[in-house]
Amino acid sequence: MSVAATTLSRSGGPAILEGRGGLFGALSDLFWRRPGLLLLLLLAPPLAWLGIVYLGSLAALLAHSFFSIDAFSGLIVYEPTLRTYGELLLPANIDIIVRTVAMAAIVTLASAAIAFPIAYYAARYARGKWKALFYLGVMLPLWSSYLVKVYAWKLILAKEGILNWLFAKLHMTWLLEAWLSLPVVGGNSLSFSYTGTFIVFVYAWLPFMILPIQAALERVPVSLTEASADLGARPRQTFRHVIFPLALPGIVAGSIFTFSLTLGDYIIPQIVGTSRLFIGQAVYAHQGTAGNIPLAAAFSVVPIVVMGFYLWGARRMGAFNAL
Amino acid sequence: MTTAISLQKVSRHFGAISAVDAIDLDIGRGEFFAMLGPSGSGKTTCLRLIAGFEQPTSGHIELFGETAEGVPPYRRNVNTVFQDYALFPHLNVADNVAYGLMVRGVPRPERRKRAEEALEMVKLPGYGERRPGQLSGGQRQRVALARALVNRPKALLLDEPLGALDLKLREQMQEELKTLQRTLGITFVFVTHDQGEALSMADRVAVFNDGRIMQVGTAEDIYERPASRFVADFVGSSNILPPEFVAHHGGPRQWASLRPEAIRIGRPKRGGAGEATVVSTSYQGAVSRVTLDAAGLRLIVTVPAGRPVPAIGEKVVVAFDRQHVHLMDGEA
Repeated sequence: MSVAATTLSRSGGPAILEGRGGLFGALSDLFWRRPGLLLLLLLAPPLAWLGIVYLGSLAALLAHSFFSIDAFSGLIVYEPTLRTYGELLLPANIDIIVRTVAMAAIVTLASAAIAFPIAYYAARYARGKWKALFYLGVMLPLWSSYLVKVYAWKLILAKEGILNWLFAKLHMTWLLEAWLSLPVVGGNSLSFSYTGTFIVFVYAWLPFMILPIQAALERVPVSLTEASADLGARPRQTFRHVIFPLALPGIVAGSIFTFSLTLGDYIIPQIVGTSRLFIGQAVYAHQGTAGNIPLAAAFSVVPIVVMGFYLWGARRMGAFNAL
Repeated sequence: MTTAISLQKVSRHFGAISAVDAIDLDIGRGEFFAMLGPSGSGKTTCLRLIAGFEQPTSGHIELFGETAEGVPPYRRNVNTVFQDYALFPHLNVADNVAYGLMVRGVPRPERRKRAEEALEMVKLPGYGERRPGQLSGGQRQRVALARALVNRPKALLLDEPLGALDLKLREQMQEELKTLQRTLGITFVFVTHDQGEALSMADRVAVFNDGRIMQVGTAEDIYERPASRFVADFVGSSNILPPEFVAHHGGPRQWASLRPEAIRIGRPKRGGAGEATVVSTSYQGAVSRVTLDAAGLRLIVTVPAGRPVPAIGEKVVVAFDRQHVHLMDGEA
């Protein structure tokens, strides 16, 4: 007691300590006095990047969509016109847009349905080792090349692939064939059908759906579900009135990823699926071989507009109320 | 006393830990019952067993004469006020209060009416449109209370409901809860670690420690006649006297408790030695608390305002009447 009292008693030094000195000491003091300066220094580089490189190229893209291409020379005519957008509305191009948006919507719904139970388990039940395993399991596919994964799926879904083999072993080939004989979703084999494209899309974007939902559910205290049950709600009612509304911002965040990634992707439908184009493939084709930059730009505007409407609709439905 | 809630040999184990260990407890209808104990003593687990959030590892629970084990919380006509209030952040106050009615399919107009009545009862009329996030802690507590009571439960369970409130608000809510319980006549089961709160509010108190009930009784029983050293120590400012001390003062060799206000202190007679030294004093308004060191035994004495308070380091003699020494069982 007395020893501590002497070591812990008043110090003999000055009340104001001397500055640390040097450049860093001076900088520390300066930033302390002018916190705005530090903020500016931290934000200027990323804002410059965002402003010039990112928004700048977006503006250039938008500008190009209002130019047109000369049918004879194949050169871009730098005069503002809506002709390119008129071209976008040709039946063949509308087909591409409808196909892509429909695929994006279905992929998003399926991803949400598959991701929710996984995210719920991770947020509610997984602890310690199991939680680490969950993160590993979700993130692992993101560690390998996307292209390799898509080719791997082509092998899985091919006529000689393991999925066909599995169906044969289970004596269920008839089911697979019945499915493939259906219009639209069917085809020659799974790897040459919209079903195949859909499966690979859902696989590729699933982590982007699981993680936001898991983060949203993680923030819902257990006491809320207990309170709901305590007040007489059956599990289904608790899900509908408490868990789902509170997870909705996470689902919307995840669906922004799955929806926009599907809208813009051109590799998956190229490798797995039919020969009919998706928006991404159309952009790729028009800016590359065809050299029709204006039409490619106009196609690129479509996902931006669709996402705008999507977010506006989600907001109106109250998806962000719980934020 | 007809029994509202009955626990018979109820245990709840979490792995190797027994949170609740073979508890027997009967709570009467219309009773204001408090479960008191330090954190980890099993009182909250006990409440959760009654609410149905936990199922007993063994033993039997009866709610108003009906078997409760295996029955999910949503089929039990008891409601809980949670420690963190657990208000639904995405619903406004009116929808929060009406939640229990909504899931039971009560039509909207009646729901509205009853929710507003419940809000009036907790003195928050017209707050229905607000969000829980816009309310103060005390107001949230009232909403949680209204949300539970609007269902007209047979028993209301309160899990440390006043823990997050400041002192003044807590005292006010204590008063209001008591009035509410008296007017509604519902059985209240109240979990707290604050002995003052338990003793001042409850008709009867159960003192928990290590998953067991150490004593059940009225506030007076618990305070004046603690059954064990633990109860005496936890419930209050009672002095705990070791067997040697009791024997030295003419009692049996047994542990005993002695309340601070039962001890008188005075100056030693001229030439006589003091028995105890004053270690510290603290002024508490109506009384001053004086801590004494009597040959290694720490004694707390209260001196009423107006009487002289000895200075730190002063030697004093202590005296008390034998009838105030309360003997306790066992070594515990």
